[in-house]
Amino acid sequence: MANAIQKGVVRATLWGLAFAALVVAGVLVGSRGLKDFDTALVPYAGATVFASFGLAYRYAMWLQRPPTRLYWFRGWQIFLKPSRLPANIVLLVRQLFSSVGAQSFIARRGAARWAAHWFISWGSLLAAAITFPLSFGWIRFETLRTSQEQYQAFVFGLPVFRFPLGSVLAVLAFNALDISAIMVLIGLGFAMWRRARDRGALAVQQLSGDLMPLFLLFAISVTGLLLTVSTHVARGFHYNFLSQFHAVTVIFTLLYLPFGKFFHIFQRPAQLSIEFYRRASAAGPQATCLRCAKPFAGRLHIDDLKQVEAALAIKFAAPPATTGIQGTHYQDVCPPCRRKLLAITQDGLWRGHGRPRPEGP
Amino acid sequence: MSELAFFIDSSRCIGCRACVQACEECDTHRGVSMIHLERIDEHDSVQTAPQVCMHCKDPVCARVCPADAIKQTPEGVTQSALKPRCIGCSNCVLACPFGVPNYYGKIDQMMKCDYCYDRTSAGKKPMCATVCPSQALAFTTLEEIGRTRQGTAINRWVFGAEVVETKVFVVVPRGTREVRPDLVQLGGSRHDPFDVAAMLEGA
Repeated sequence: MANAIQKGVVRATLWGLAFAALVVAGVLVGSRGLKDFDTALVPYAGATVFASFGLAYRYAMWLQRPPTRLYWFRGWQIFLKPSRLPANIVLLVRQLFSSVGAQSFIARRGAARWAAHWFISWGSLLAAAITFPLSFGWIRFETLRTSQEQYQAFVFGLPVFRFPLGSVLAVLAFNALDISAIMVLIGLGFAMWRRARDRGALAVQQLSGDLMPLFLLFAISVTGLLLTVSTHVARGFHYNFLSQFHAVTVIFTLLYLPFGKFFHIFQRPAQLSIEFYRRASAAGPQATCLRCAKPFAGRLHIDDLKQVEAALAIKFAAPPATTGIQGTHYQDVCPPCRRKLLAITQDGLWRGHGRPRPEGP
Repeated sequence: MSELAFFIDSSRCIGCRACVQACEECDTHRGVSMIHLERIDEHDSVQTAPQVCMHCKDPVCARVCPADAIKQTPEGVTQSALKPRCIGCSNCVLACPFGVPNYYGKIDQMMKCDYCYDRTSAGKKPMCATVCPSQALAFTTLEEIGRTRQGTAINRWVFGAEVVETKVFVVVPRGTREVRPDLVQLGGSRHDPFDVAAMLEGA
């Protein structure tokens, strides 16, 4: 057992190192041998490499859990089935729009929860889409040599598009991180409002798991906005301190990324795969309950669950020595019948024990 | 005096549904009742039985969860799936030996009884046990159960060959050490036409 855990840790460490190496290689190649790499952003890039290691390590450890491993492979197997692939791709795109884009399943849990999550997630994703390529040296901006009024964007060293300095596009490009910070702050406002008032949230929320991520995002957003304020309003007031403080908040968040609540960003897309699994399970043969003989789940799901239980040493199969039958399995009883069975058993125990009852009619 | 614990004695259940209504007032799942009130054989009997989460010491639901979304509090309360993690696979729903978790497709989330954590973590009784008129659901001490009931409270179950210990107790006749829903433990009783114990025995 200890040996298996050690092997798992070694395997996950190797995956972590490989992924971190891939990111380093991406930085080297994408920045054309560091030619486009901005050395002022070294701490960000370094923290990202560490975060890559941590994410791959944790993802690999997560995939080693028997249920995760089975459903991960089963999800891909169902998705990539050649006859179903075109329909699956269409469904995937639809799911990406509703689950990731609009996050409608969160809207159905509550408006404040949805507003908080939508603004925080899209603000953060927008910021990540800008800062990671910038800190890796994958994108850079320059004024044209022929015109100081024109700005040129390079991606992987190739000129991609240009825009005039006074254009709307320029305002959006130069303030994109401020826009993302404001989006995150709006989301944080909704989140803190809900968390401070919702008695259910108050009962179960934890400082490290639920509030710390909000504090980190708040620190990043506010220090980021203060940089803009310092530049445009306060004539560079404490700019150096603010930029270092901002870097510290970002780096701390990157280091926290693989180990805290933010890991769900990488784990949660598994939800998309479950939809394919659910459909395949519903379309196939159904498992019927041993007790009531009604179908209650896909045969695929029940058989997979039995595999997972066997891997986890959950022994729901009735031992032949006590039942005289091979192959009976508690997993073949539907949940309502399990509940009824518990009551019947308890009732039977009392009857068997001879609870005093009045005689006569 | 031992600490407060949860006790189920379904032979006392009168099917009044007070627990079902009260459960909806729990703050962690307001408006949605998590308790199951089963009508055992509605054509021939008025027998009903309430089922709350038994809060297993090593929860099967958490073990089979691919998203690692089901966690226990330090007090041993197994909570509903963590919202950021639950991927809605229903493994927990199908694997729970007590048939407790529910999957809500609309919000793509597993939810279940969480021992009224908003109340019990503040020293109050769970909603269902507070309102149950027959005390089929009781939140009291082991000593109080021993003093007021005929039976004894146990928390050890055997499903197939799987031994499960729970935070929640069930009241059974004295001398019973464990409940085995899949084995013949019914004193020769064969009243249930859908008796799984009999089916598993090949009767």
